[in-house]
Amino acid sequence: MSARNIFTRPARLAAIAPYGWMVLFFLVPFGFVLKLSLSQVANAQPPYLPVFDFGAGWQALVAAVSALSLDNFRLLLSDQLYLLAGLRSLTVAATATALLLLIGYPIAYAMSRLPRRWQPLAMTLVIVPFWTSFLIRVYAWINILQHDGLLNQVLLALHVVSEPVVWLSTDTAMYIGMVYSYLPFMILPLYATLSKLDPALLEAAADLGSSPLQSFWRVTLPLSLPGIGAGALLCFIPLVGEFVIPDLLAGSDSLMIGQTLWLEFFTNRDWPVAAATAVMLLLILLLPLVIYDRFQRRQMVRS
Amino acid sequence: MGPLSETTPQAGADAALPLLRIDAVGKQFGGFTAVDGVSLDIKPGEFFALLGPSGCGKTTLLRMLAGFETPDSGRILLHGKDVAQMPPHQRPVNMMFQSYALFPHLNVRDNIAFGLRRAGMPRAEINARVAELVALVRLEGLEKRRPEQLSGGQRQRVALARAVARRPQLLLLDEPLAALDKKLRDSTQRELLALQRKLGLTFIVVTHDQDEAMTLADRIGVMNAGRLAQVATPRQLYEEPHSRWVAEFVGDVNIVEGRIEAREGGRLRVATQGAGMLTALAPRDLGDAADVCVAIRPEKIRLSQRAPADHAGAATINRLEGTIAGVNYLGSVSSYTIALDGGATLRASLANAARVSADAYAAGQRVTVWFAPDDCIVLDR
Repeated sequence: MSARNIFTRPARLAAIAPYGWMVLFFLVPFGFVLKLSLSQVANAQPPYLPVFDFGAGWQALVAAVSALSLDNFRLLLSDQLYLLAGLRSLTVAATATALLLLIGYPIAYAMSRLPRRWQPLAMTLVIVPFWTSFLIRVYAWINILQHDGLLNQVLLALHVVSEPVVWLSTDTAMYIGMVYSYLPFMILPLYATLSKLDPALLEAAADLGSSPLQSFWRVTLPLSLPGIGAGALLCFIPLVGEFVIPDLLAGSDSLMIGQTLWLEFFTNRDWPVAAATAVMLLLILLLPLVIYDRFQRRQMVRS
Repeated sequence: MGPLSETTPQAGADAALPLLRIDAVGKQFGGFTAVDGVSLDIKPGEFFALLGPSGCGKTTLLRMLAGFETPDSGRILLHGKDVAQMPPHQRPVNMMFQSYALFPHLNVRDNIAFGLRRAGMPRAEINARVAELVALVRLEGLEKRRPEQLSGGQRQRVALARAVARRPQLLLLDEPLAALDKKLRDSTQRELLALQRKLGLTFIVVTHDQDEAMTLADRIGVMNAGRLAQVATPRQLYEEPHSRWVAEFVGDVNIVEGRIEAREGGRLRVATQGAGMLTALAPRDLGDAADVCVAIRPEKIRLSQRAPADHAGAATINRLEGTIAGVNYLGSVSSYTIALDGGATLRASLANAARVSADAYAAGQRVTVWFAPDDCIVLDR
């Protein structure tokens, strides 16, 4: 590997740091979760079996390892509840990501076309909501969307509707909350790619006979694909596991996988099944990550 | 023949009908006047260069021709039709960008075919045209490469092929060779000329490099502060500059200021500051101004150790005494700085015609400086 040789020794040491971080804060906790997912629920403290006791000798450890099983995963795959929750999570996350892209792209595009000196201000305006707690902002939406909330008052005052509309505890409310909360994650990577787009390319496209719409379609859009990919991934992945927004804004008739996980863990106190759900969630999310990684590698090879 | 008569459109003959007429075009940015009432005719098949220092408005003028900027005033007539307000994608004009602006997501082939596809050309015709262009700019075998996999010279040729693909009536080139290194630039200049002749296209090139303008162009328009200072052939521009600014901008020049003391036939006697009394050819269009300056190109100045023999007409030769103040050896020529006894400083350049180990004159040496009145250009101060 020639790429490895260009690093000096201190540079190589520095490169180890992120790997150390990954091992300490991702791989080790994931090991715990994986082990937990292979355990059985028990009425004990901690509420699962077996417990690895490294002081109890070799025999006990072997017995504990052999007590691990895939029962929890079999349950997840056989019980419709979990499959439906997984499916709902994917569709909700995909729909929300599509909405975010549709709303975020024009905003990011407009930001990148602003005069240079206004762009930092626009950037700040996008980030400002982060200065308030996420939970408080979602609660604010409950206020806005409730029966006598701001939205219904405005709609009634404008005579758009004659009766207050039921917003709260619907999928619409959930999507509003999701789009609102994740919009900056969509806008920022899109803006980063679009603002780097050389204006001369659009002039060249126009010069070669492209109408503004054709220029967008043939030049701007293909060149902003990396931003679209990054933004979509940044939104889609956390959205699949999203718990707070569906719990507070959506109805309770169908659950997302994050909600089932929470139920198993806190309501049913079934830590092993909750852990198995978490592992499944991770496996599902690995797929888009691998696809994105392939895509990025291709881009890297190109440049 | 005065350069002005070059720009005056000749009525009658079809060949002289301008392909492009720029008529009193002006453009302001904020309070800054970028282009200030420029008028210019471009003949079909002409290779025209807009030359000027950065910020002189040449690029703005070019961008107005391409449609990327809209003039505040004036008309741009292409084949007699005013295109000043027409958006760029509807103009039968193409541009080659200084940065080349190749589409990074498309390969060489698709870059060249981009404009043809937008024009709705049938696929078979596009393929044939692209193959022809690829051969023309010698990019065979690189059709599948992306721009970042090409060298600077190859990118330049892709940009050129893409720009001529639609057979534009007018091709605009914005500093087409600026990004290339010196050696490559020389060979590319020749290729550009050959291509222009072969395709019979009309080229307008914007450049700040006067060698490039001189090599390429049939005519050069020198721009300064948003105006056309002079439009002329390269030779006229150099030998018959119309103003002190043009004389100083194009090539190297010695300028001495003075007063016209007498007019004797076609000659002027000018009393200069620091270079004594000079005899100069009287220009045809000199006004009443008595305060003038005399411009002499360094290669027109001769040096000798003794005064030239008094032969017939020697009296009319300008002859000055001075001391060599400095010598710069530049390879093909050496540049001598001479401190005249009168106080002025002149620069003379002498071709190093033979392979000798020392310069013809050394610093501190006394010399006689002489030059013909015909080589003195009298200009307004």
